[in-house]
Amino acid sequence: MELTRRDFLKLCGGTAGGAAILGMLGPESFLEAAPIDIPLRKRIGEKTTICCYCGVGCGAIVASDENGKAINIEGDPDHPINQGALCSKGTALIQVTNNERRLDRVSYRAPYSSDWEEVSWDWAIDKIARNIKKTRDENWTYKDEKGRVVNHTEAIGWDGSAAVNNEEAYLFTKFARALGITYLEHCARLCHSSTVAALGASFGRGAMTNHWIDIKNSNCIMIIGSNAAENHPLSFKWVTKAMEEGAKLISVDPRFTRTSSKADIYAKMRSGTDIAFIGGMIKYVIEDIEGHPENYNMTYIKEYTNATLLINPDFKGPADLDGLFCGYDASKRAYDRSKWVYQLDDKGIPKKDISLKDPNCVFQLLKKQFSRYDVDTVCSITGTPKDVYREVCETYAATGKPDKAATIIYAMGTTQHTYATQIIRSYSILQLLLGNIGIAGGGINAARGQSNVQGSTDHAILYHILPGYLKTPPPDDVDLEAYVKHYTPTSNDPLSANWWQNYKKYIVSLLKAWYGDAAVASNGFAYDYLPKVEGDHSHIAMAEAIENGVVKGLISPGHNTAVSGPNVNLEREGLGKLDWLVVSDLWESETAAFWKRPRTAPSQIKTEVFLLPAQASMEKEGSITNSGRWSQWRYKCCDGPDIARSDLWMVTELIKKMKELYDTEGGEYPDPILNLAWDYGDPPDVHKVAQEINGYDLETGQLLPSFANLKSDGTTSSGNWLYCGSYTEEGNMAARRDVTQTPAQANIGLYPNWAWCWPLNRRILYNRASVDLDGNPFAPDKSVIIWDPLLGKWVGDVPDGGWPPMFQQGTKLPFIMTSEGRAHLFATGEVLNDGPMPEHYEPWESPVKNLLSGIQSDPVVTIWKSLVKGDVSDYPIVATTYRVSEHWQAGQMTRNLPWLVELMPEMFVELSEELAEEKGIRNGGRVIVESARGKIEAVAVVTKRFSPFSIDGKKVHQIGMPWHWGYMGLSTGDSANMLTPNIGDANTTIPEYKAFLCNIRAK
Amino acid sequence: MAKAMLVDVSKCIGCRSCQVACKQWHDLPAVSTKQEGTYENPPELSASTWTKIEFKEFGEDGTFRWLFRKHQCMHCTEASCVEVCPTGAVAHHDEFVEINQEWCIGCGYCVTACPFGAVHREPPKGTARKCVFCIDRVTNGLEPACAKACPTGAIQFGERADLVEAAHRRVQTLIAEGYSNAVLYGENELGGLGYLYVLTDRPSVFNLPENPEVATSMVSAQWFSGIGTAVLLAAVSFWLFFKRKKRIEAIQQSKTEGGAEE
Ligand code: SF4
Ligand code: SF4
Repeated sequence: MELTRRDFLKLCGGTAGGAAILGMLGPESFLEAAPIDIPLRKRIGEKTTICCYCGVGCGAIVASDENGKAINIEGDPDHPINQGALCSKGTALIQVTNNERRLDRVSYRAPYSSDWEEVSWDWAIDKIARNIKKTRDENWTYKDEKGRVVNHTEAIGWDGSAAVNNEEAYLFTKFARALGITYLEHCARLCHSSTVAALGASFGRGAMTNHWIDIKNSNCIMIIGSNAAENHPLSFKWVTKAMEEGAKLISVDPRFTRTSSKADIYAKMRSGTDIAFIGGMIKYVIEDIEGHPENYNMTYIKEYTNATLLINPDFKGPADLDGLFCGYDASKRAYDRSKWVYQLDDKGIPKKDISLKDPNCVFQLLKKQFSRYDVDTVCSITGTPKDVYREVCETYAATGKPDKAATIIYAMGTTQHTYATQIIRSYSILQLLLGNIGIAGGGINAARGQSNVQGSTDHAILYHILPGYLKTPPPDDVDLEAYVKHYTPTSNDPLSANWWQNYKKYIVSLLKAWYGDAAVASNGFAYDYLPKVEGDHSHIAMAEAIENGVVKGLISPGHNTAVSGPNVNLEREGLGKLDWLVVSDLWESETAAFWKRPRTAPSQIKTEVFLLPAQASMEKEGSITNSGRWSQWRYKCCDGPDIARSDLWMVTELIKKMKELYDTEGGEYPDPILNLAWDYGDPPDVHKVAQEINGYDLETGQLLPSFANLKSDGTTSSGNWLYCGSYTEEGNMAARRDVTQTPAQANIGLYPNWAWCWPLNRRILYNRASVDLDGNPFAPDKSVIIWDPLLGKWVGDVPDGGWPPMFQQGTKLPFIMTSEGRAHLFATGEVLNDGPMPEHYEPWESPVKNLLSGIQSDPVVTIWKSLVKGDVSDYPIVATTYRVSEHWQAGQMTRNLPWLVELMPEMFVELSEELAEEKGIRNGGRVIVESARGKIEAVAVVTKRFSPFSIDGKKVHQIGMPWHWGYMGLSTGDSANMLTPNIGDANTTIPEYKAFLCNIRAK
Repeated sequence: MAKAMLVDVSKCIGCRSCQVACKQWHDLPAVSTKQEGTYENPPELSASTWTKIEFKEFGEDGTFRWLFRKHQCMHCTEASCVEVCPTGAVAHHDEFVEINQEWCIGCGYCVTACPFGAVHREPPKGTARKCVFCIDRVTNGLEPACAKACPTGAIQFGERADLVEAAHRRVQTLIAEGYSNAVLYGENELGGLGYLYVLTDRPSVFNLPENPEVATSMVSAQWFSGIGTAVLLAAVSFWLFFKRKKRIEAIQQSKTEGGAEE
């Protein structure tokens, strides 16, 4: 039966009655008309999906009508993470699919045209394929100037996306590599590339160590560089649970946020001074360990970290060299890292001093490094009140006890600095000293901001890696053997599992998945097909290459660089230098419409632009991987615009056309394209892609259950070894919805039968560090795994390495992905560019001198030609950017949704009452914010939540602003990134979005 | 057993999922807003915004707090709107206060009378609208949309007696944690509110009247005194008398045809 809203309200109202009227109408009317079974306004929904916004990965249920249109979307009550709840964005999901602003045609913008024209899919695919082919053929390089085989083109860029499903991300990587693309990037570069580098260097894997539900097990939660309540709201279900059990919440932020509003301790900290802040905590903990070892887990520190290992006696650090490590070459802005290594014994095993007294042992070097980070110095740098800082140190260090756990939750306030990787290294060191890695309620929880940025990173839409964190081959690795030798670490220590010794199995299985029968042992499994890449090809480098005319065509699916890029004016101009640009999106994004942005004449812009209407997440099928590494399957729940297609379909149509063109017309190096295995049916079946990612035994044709089955002889395939086990003969593991658990699993909320998690469904990484040498949990009430001597195996979570406990024969150390089996307090060797331990430097633009050394800013960061630096005399105010709960990233996914625009309608800037008074700015008035790169207009939000910092006795103001806005969409406004500098992190070139200089005035 | 909602402001993160969830379930349109120097938006409840979070910056450095309170119709037991409604459109359905849209004549008495400012009319002369306690969901065994959407459990739906008990315990915990003014609001106010609040400070800090009163006598006197009102009342009564039959038919029809699907 069809009921309109009005009908319903009649029914609803009809059951109510008013005393006054009741009497007049007679008794029968209301008594009769009081049925309790008021019909629901609409069906609740039965099809399941996963929210397309942040990396929490909440479940939602969708009801659709007979035309396939969604009529209701709300939280999935069975989903273990969100249990029916959603944040404001998730709650507004229905306006993503039912929205008159969605693209309803395929559009083409001819060179110099001022309008889009509608074209057919066939026409667009054909034209795009021909453009790609032309650019590729005209700019193909077989050998570089040194005569090394490179087989690549530098003229095509790829940028995107973390918004697509795993299967789509995987095909993007595969397609781009087959084309020989070197500038291959997506937003992971901009949000968490430093996480991958730092956590990899510390523990062996570059991902969030625990998962969202696990936060409930924590005794102390430090949220720093993250505003989780606003940007990962459902994390607060679990933060709240932990607090109900007595956990302490510490919020460290330059500004009092919605996260701070719930904190036991709010510590303000000037943007970009995290290493000083954490460095002081490390100093506190080290001194406390020496004074009160009984309060710390000395077994963990000595046996599971490299604290006891000895470093080369010639090593010198910032404490000796005024802010530098040994080996610095100022002319190259680079380090010779040959002294950042262990002392080895005659067997080639690192020497150690179990007493932690040797001046060259890691523990002593760490102590020396951070001895300079005393409370007075730290607080003069960070601007944190000293009493508050001491309280933070004491509260946090209290979790050093073996049965206590603390977790760090961080996000872009941490990851987007010139020394971001080292900030995350400092978190790692702190957590290792407290024995907080591998345990329930502990870990380093890198809060991923996009629903599938974890998956898109795992599947390597990034220039420097191949799926599963294999390395992109450089030209010097002339063949497969050389490449495998280069990247396979060795260890002489029988206690080290050295898991990466399996490298060859993974790369060969990948090449088999990509090139099928064309990949044979005699041709190095088609190793030559892979483009060889040398030098920085990351986001900022790509923007420079576009600007310089090296990159001529750009493919940008689901990515909005015209809002999200640093120094975005430069990037917008760059787009106008391209010959062609392909965008797929749900909306007319700023990137697609860059040629008609304000103060621009389309008639001056030559770029051909294709705008392809994409399906939204709930309109197609596939898996996405949340921040906690859970790969979750989502179903097609409803229909979007008829014309919209999945990215899976688009990339398949493109490769079909490319194969046809190279087959009929020939061209440069057609082999990787013609031989590319692409057999997913027509239209492509996403399950076949998911199965290819998992991998096969090529002799039996069976899906493999685990990467332990992969071989290096070409008899197995796997598109991504980390996902081997995700789609097996038993079925699609990511689609599992079973909430049953053993009591021990339920105790810590593991949910091992819900969805699937890499690696091997292991929910808490490094969990073998949660037990003592006998295999008993350090925290018996929150056991993650325990050795069952009767069964002779571990029970609980999937153990991180199934070897028996440390006291038994044939055991291995718990950090199986590092070459020595231990976690790294000191990151040895050629791993990090700017030091084996973190050192505080000032942001590249800073209002103050570095109080810790004579080295002002990170000494190895790349200074790009186009980079402009602001002087403190013109720009005395520190600025930072951030997000709000109601909008998301570059904004097109929320600024087009009326309900979210209602909540946060306009671009704004937040500033303190003191600064407002100094500048004559009134709350709600309009202001101009200016940096050396650009200027923006916004509404002033004058607030007590910002207050000036006292830095080295001097008053320093800081302001902050969201970066969601741009010139397209329902709500438009200036982009904060018109102000940010295009300078990146020393290790991963993630841009410095979070600390720069500006000035502000009333308009 | 009476149902109720408990809003625990100490757990609210101000995410406003509740605000959107209400609009989603009831298909209420977005209203046009501006950034006026606060996160709070829309500025007021209205006929198309039945619930909202009020944001308040409170205290100074050191004791500074950012307060969020969900606001909506309180579903009072002694409900002013019910008392003053000339047509009986506003009335209790069990413990919930509902407005019959067909009977509402848009006079606006309830709008003026509500001590919480929770009732609004669609301009220029529309009917009165407000939070309906998701009565369709509740009577079908579901939580109200806002309570379900809330990430942190700051909104709890359940048996009133249980919630009152839980709220008292929570207040004690908060007092022990240093919120010396923490208080339960709504247990006894206006005969008991359908929305209970755990507050971390005095009600007035959260823009709640410390001693709300029923606005009957004054307003009732106004309209009973007017001849015009008497005529109006008579007319409405007759009109409703004839409407009534149709309505009952509609209900019976819906019963025989089963649940509603839109
Ligand atoms: S945006 Fe994140 S927290 Fe909000 S509903 Fe989506 S997944 Fe959950
Ligand atoms: S949904 Fe819950 S946490 Fe979010 S604003 Fe509403 S009451 Fe607060």
